[in-house]
Amino acid sequence: MRGPEGARPVTVYGDYECPSCAALEARLHELELRVTFRHFPVRSSHPRAQAAAHAAEAAALQGAFWPFHDALFADQGRLEDPHLWARAEALGLDLPRFDADRRSDAVAERVRADFRGGIRAGVATTPTLFAGGLRHVGRPGPELWAALRPA
Amino acid sequence: MPVVEAGQPAPEFSLATYEGDRFTRENLLGRITVLVFYPHAFSPICTDQLSVYQEVLDDFTERGATLYGVSCDSVWAQQAFREKLGTTIEQLSDFEPKGEACRAFGVLHPAGFPERALVMTGPDGVVLWSHQAENPGVLPGANLIFDALDAVSV
Repeated sequence: MRGPEGARPVTVYGDYECPSCAALEARLHELELRVTFRHFPVRSSHPRAQAAAHAAEAAALQGAFWPFHDALFADQGRLEDPHLWARAEALGLDLPRFDADRRSDAVAERVRADFRGGIRAGVATTPTLFAGGLRHVGRPGPELWAALRPA
Repeated sequence: MPVVEAGQPAPEFSLATYEGDRFTRENLLGRITVLVFYPHAFSPICTDQLSVYQEVLDDFTERGATLYGVSCDSVWAQQAFREKLGTTIEQLSDFEPKGEACRAFGVLHPAGFPERALVMTGPDGVVLWSHQAENPGVLPGANLIFDALDAVSV
């Protein structure tokens, strides 16, 4: 979770290989929101989505979830293993630990738990954003920004 | 005609499988079946819908439910679609006579393709639950199928 305390909470189910998720992410930065990100990698559409989600959770174990998350969305064309290592290195993470963690059962279970939670919440595609009673599915547009803007 | 409702027997129908067999009402008997009607192979939304169901397919299997994708595409298009998605969900084709099975289930869109609908049948071939999305652009989440399974297994 990140964003100013007391700001409007939103939960985003996303996938690091999904272009609409990156579009949403880019704009969420500009709004005063408290954002929770949950993984919803759809492997058959996005073959590297799951590996990327595991890498982000491995970075989280070294306190670098959000920087890693931002680095993934900033360059979706580069999600192969060497690109993930390069990001970890650039963020000053312990590389062998990062690599062991991203392949660990604990990290896989964490991502899986997010996915299952998404299924239970009715998520059927990415991105899906929840903010109170509001639910937005798919590519974000002006109506979403209007709805999320502070009153 | 709206989608067949719970309590009604599944209609008579005949769909083509990739293996060249026919899949009929008989094939529904003796187990729980979920027919996933989707508008078109390769349209971006269907891609996500079946991909998401694929992710939780083991859970459906564990609950004793078998899923099939149904569209009016040819078996060849369906097979190519399946390979592209990397899904194992079997596909059934309503290509000829086109839309006949979809019509029987009450899910044929006026424009000649299936509505986005789900029909669950029981071992006796009776409809246990059905759902039609408000429009073909809305994706029914896998949670709807799990909820329906919860409701029928009570």
